[in-house]
Amino acid sequence: MHSNHNRTLVNRLGFALLPFALALSTNTMAADTSTDNQVEVLNWWTSGGEAKALGALKDSLADQDIGWKNMPVAGGAGTNAMAVLRSRITSGNPPTAAQVLGYDAQDWAERDALSSLDDVAKAGKWDEVFPQPLQEFAKYEGHWIGAPFEIHSTNWVWANKSLMDKLGIEQPKTWDDFIASLKKAKDAGYTGLAYGGQPWQDTTVFENVVLATGGADFYRQALINLDPKALDSDTMTQSFDHLRELLKYKDDNSPGRDWNLATAMVINGKALYQIMGDWAKGEFLNANLEPGKDFMCFRTPGTQDAVTFNSDLMIMFDTDDSEQQKMQQTMAKIIGSPEFQITFSQFKGSVPARMDLSADKLDVCAQRGYEQVKSAAKNHTLMGSLAHGYAAPASVKNAVFDIISSFVNSDMPSDVAAEQLAMAVKSATS
Amino acid sequence: MSNASPDRDGGARERLQRWLPKLVLSPSCVLILFFVYGFIAWTSYISFSDSGMMPDYTWVGLHQWSRLWTSWTWGIALHNIWVFGLLYIVSCIVLGLVLAILLDQRIRAEGVLRTIYLYPMALSFIVTGTAWQWFLNPGLGLEKTMHDLGWQSFSFNWLIDSNMAIYTVVIAAVWQATGFVMAMFLAGLRGIDGEMIKAAQIDGAPAWKIYARIIIPQLRPVFMSAIVVLAHLAIKSFDLIVAMTGGGPGNATAVPATFMYSYAFSRNEMGIAAASAVFMLAVIAALIIPYLYSELREPRS
Repeated sequence: MHSNHNRTLVNRLGFALLPFALALSTNTMAADTSTDNQVEVLNWWTSGGEAKALGALKDSLADQDIGWKNMPVAGGAGTNAMAVLRSRITSGNPPTAAQVLGYDAQDWAERDALSSLDDVAKAGKWDEVFPQPLQEFAKYEGHWIGAPFEIHSTNWVWANKSLMDKLGIEQPKTWDDFIASLKKAKDAGYTGLAYGGQPWQDTTVFENVVLATGGADFYRQALINLDPKALDSDTMTQSFDHLRELLKYKDDNSPGRDWNLATAMVINGKALYQIMGDWAKGEFLNANLEPGKDFMCFRTPGTQDAVTFNSDLMIMFDTDDSEQQKMQQTMAKIIGSPEFQITFSQFKGSVPARMDLSADKLDVCAQRGYEQVKSAAKNHTLMGSLAHGYAAPASVKNAVFDIISSFVNSDMPSDVAAEQLAMAVKSATS
Repeated sequence: MSNASPDRDGGARERLQRWLPKLVLSPSCVLILFFVYGFIAWTSYISFSDSGMMPDYTWVGLHQWSRLWTSWTWGIALHNIWVFGLLYIVSCIVLGLVLAILLDQRIRAEGVLRTIYLYPMALSFIVTGTAWQWFLNPGLGLEKTMHDLGWQSFSFNWLIDSNMAIYTVVIAAVWQATGFVMAMFLAGLRGIDGEMIKAAQIDGAPAWKIYARIIIPQLRPVFMSAIVVLAHLAIKSFDLIVAMTGGGPGNATAVPATFMYSYAFSRNEMGIAAASAVFMLAVIAALIIPYLYSELREPRS
């Protein structure tokens, strides 16, 4: 009797432990099935145009009999996705590939986590077709580690055409014209600048102003090379002055506003301009507006000769599975191919990352943008965008965000802002 | 042999009875040791390491701590948690006590009123934050409604004013927690001996004096519990701020918890984030440990 009793107790304890054992075994089983002739791709492309663009990759892979296991992690402009990626890699179970931005690819390469794409790159002549500033992010110590999807540029102004006509505003060519046209709109009772008060948007506008004020060389010196003398300089103070002037033409209710709500203000004719990257175009197209006719796109006045860019890279994680390796190479080949680059940009609102294509199939804004990117690449004025992580690592980028957002949301004097900026960058790089 | 067997069985049973509670509890003890105290130790170690995007176990001494304390945002976060915590605790306690005293006057429909005041506690901080953000947003909520109703000069734009935004968070947080504090005080009031109050009334003491001299001093344990509960809620406050202001405008409403999240996950500065987390733990421990100590000791004395 007693020993029976004891046995049931042992059994019960065994049952209590069973879920753990089951959990362990199902985990290993899940890991086995995931490698079965399909790729698992971590990304945060979940909104309309982005999802369609990603669908183009999925279709191309299906043509090669490669299955697709989507792993979307929405939100936080990729912050959430990167947190998931870190935990997956730490636990030794990386996805096949992941969509990343700028410095993230370098960080993973530094940790020996990535597969080399050198063979595909060599066959596709990637060294020749992709612009040099982009290669600095897609290559690590001379080896290709990332396949660039597209080039987005951030120095665009989006304008409501009918409002421009109504107020008699011509497309401004200089910074002063730009401010004058904003004043006209404000005097007529409109919001001049549709503005989203979030740190990355503050800094997107700021980098436009720096480029317009100091020119390409100054932009590179200050925001890419992080030269303390350039950061705390008269030109930087002047840039902050210009930013302050520009901020007069935003509405009071801007703090915290999302970028697409700011775009909607231009679409609805409440505001004249928005300074934003070319993903804003998708919002206009979704509202059935036509570029050049219903809305205008032009480079921020004073920055016509330069382009600040960001780009999405696909990185592939190192694996021993030869099937997976093959599929990774195929995927990289597709992403780098001319047809895919065009199709993808059509959906995404960007321009191709390759510099050797014809832009006939793209819309007017993208055609013009593509030509400008090409000539900027030739003239060494194609530079990484700071607000989007293509000029400095995340720690520096966010330290700059702190200063710019404080400047925007207070009455900090320009010279103090320049000094604070230099200090913040110094402490973030220490 | 057959005689010895029940004895041995009895011994085994006794041993089992002695060991069973320990045996049953040990898995959860091991789990807590590992997942709570183990990770506290791990986080503490990380705060002295060179960790950036990923953990890196190179020892760098106090480097991350000195970077934390020279960080500008950390200064803002500490200032905010101080302002927020103090206002939050004091307002909740004062309002909760007043409401509890008013509800304690044997009024009609007390049950309904009590439920109404308690309901906000049933909402998550995310819902509270989002609702108050809409309500206080000048372009959507209160200010716009007043303008639409014809009161054009009305202005309430604290949410988008970087000097005032932290106070809007206080308003939302107080709205949520006051009912809970009220319930605590109400329970305390109901537990007070009626004889003493009657005696005071017979002596002709005015009502306010009865409250000030007799009732409120007897609520001391409730005050202690309320302060500890509210203080640790204040230090942990994260979701309310994320939903309401996102830490903005700029960094105006950053608090240590949002600071920690931002440094760990979007700035690739795990070392600084770990240092700030350890600091927050130390502050909470400084509040909770003396309280627990006094609570657990009292029954014995």
